Amino acid sequence: MSAQLKPRDNRGWLFVLPVVCTIAFTAIVPLLMVVNFSVQDIFGINRVWVGAEWFIDVLQDRSIRDSFWRNIAFSVQVLAVQIPLGILLGLGMPKKGVMASVSLVLMALPLLIPHNVVGTIWQIFGRGDIGLGGHVLNETLGITYNYAQDGLDAWLTVLVMDTWHWAPLVALLVYAGLQSIPDDYYKAAAIDGARRFAVFRYIELPRLQAVLTIALLLRFMDSFMIYTEPFVLTGGGPGTTTNFLSISLSKIAVGQFDLGRGAAFSLLYFFLIQVFCFVFFQLMKRRQ
Amino acid sequence: MTAPTAIPARRLPAPAMKTRAARAGRRAGMTLYFILLLLPLYWMIAMSLQSNADIVGTFHWFPEELTLENYRTILTDRTWYSGYLNSLQYTTINTALSLLVALPAAYGFSRYSFVGDNHLFFWLLTNRMAPPAVFLLPMFQLYQNVGLFDTPWAVALAHTLFNVPLAVWILEGFMSGVPRSIDETAAIDGFSFPRFFIRIFLPLIKSGVGVAAFFCFMFSWVELLFARTLTSVNAKPIAATMTRTVSAAGMDWGVLTAAGSLTLVPGALVIWFVRRHIARGFALGRV
Repeated sequence: MSAQLKPRDNRGWLFVLPVVCTIAFTAIVPLLMVVNFSVQDIFGINRVWVGAEWFIDVLQDRSIRDSFWRNIAFSVQVLAVQIPLGILLGLGMPKKGVMASVSLVLMALPLLIPHNVVGTIWQIFGRGDIGLGGHVLNETLGITYNYAQDGLDAWLTVLVMDTWHWAPLVALLVYAGLQSIPDDYYKAAAIDGARRFAVFRYIELPRLQAVLTIALLLRFMDSFMIYTEPFVLTGGGPGTTTNFLSISLSKIAVGQFDLGRGAAFSLLYFFLIQVFCFVFFQLMKRRQ
Repeated sequence: MTAPTAIPARRLPAPAMKTRAARAGRRAGMTLYFILLLLPLYWMIAMSLQSNADIVGTFHWFPEELTLENYRTILTDRTWYSGYLNSLQYTTINTALSLLVALPAAYGFSRYSFVGDNHLFFWLLTNRMAPPAVFLLPMFQLYQNVGLFDTPWAVALAHTLFNVPLAVWILEGFMSGVPRSIDETAAIDGFSFPRFFIRIFLPLIKSGVGVAAFFCFMFSWVELLFARTLTSVNAKPIAATMTRTVSAAGMDWGVLTAAGSLTLVPGALVIWFVRRHIARGFALGRV
């Protein structure tokens, strides 16, 4: 929220009441139900209070722990690739004229595709028999590539797919941040004879801090809850190589309908996200 | 004496040439990126214009015989086109609902300071960040109990989870750009609050409302997990109809890619109108 001075008036609550009611129905009620599931063992109509057993069970579960570390590794790689690439693209986009509009629209295009269609696009594109990407890799370049059988290929495909899907978001944010830098800054730099890198380091980068914090927040959170795209691509496989947290949770919750374990898993996952969110929010507030 | 004049004369063209080379390099890099960005899309659209026999036959860079047969299948088969109508229905309801509750809230946040306002604002953000998979378990039961399961309202309501916070954040950003003196002047001039809000305030932030509406529509349109879980037959979204085809043994590639290509249309249609503000929306209104 902006830091401008606002009158202190608790009638403000009246304005936010509809939102609170809506989110109470869509977020709080389901969460309370999850809490209810997580402390019981439910078999039809028989319910047994089990306390923290499901939580201990989840924390000790080897495959859940594996998918946690897999997801952390994925999110770190996503940030390491997409933030620098997004900055480069944002700097490279034309600033004025028709080309600026065209490149804005092209950049935004992958962001507006339903997530399962993104998965379908890459599932087809990467196939060795009918896909352009798979065909070029296998036949033209002679690299053996099969995302359905090779774990590394699947991982790299998900990473490339995610970059294709979301690097434009970072680029758009950087582009918007650059637009807010007054021309005078660049003129002063030109008079001082500053090199391109110095302009980036001392003029552009400090001004981009706010948008980069948001880019970091969104990219981290969304990659940490990635579900649909890898699910459509390989369903978490081959083996468990792309079995991320959300995929593994939905397998337990919906696939096996294991209420207790699924609920405890959900709550721990949710708590983790809250902690990350809080850290980022504090960072954002300090910047403003 | 000749040295000082000789230095600028020799040094001047060098940076000029360097910037020209840099500009050409930048343009080449951007062109390459856009080609890579468009290739997977090209491939899907190209496949949607071919018959299945041509798709699985010998490999072609460009389709040899174009056909609109796949699109005709979708537009005439009820199970396919009703998926589009269902998706459009719940995204529209969601957009209207999200804006309706977010507008007053954003006004409250931008104009007043009240007990717990910061905590509430942060709490809204955490809902945008919450993994949908976390809510998967109870959602099914909850919506079944209130009798909304398999209706567009169920999906529309579930999507408010991330769209309402987003709309509040975007709108608050735009509203804070409007000076408060406008509110005060209107009050002095005898405008009642609802009349001021609709007649004066809303027109001032209409681009913000447009951007918020666009993002609510978009994020509801691209979501699959809730949309699939909360529907079975009557409100089944197009995305779910597609996943069923993916898991089927015999693949109908042509129809699948045609259905995928058609999901690009709504985004492609409206994106032009909000291109200037699109980054602001993705930045949760914080640019």
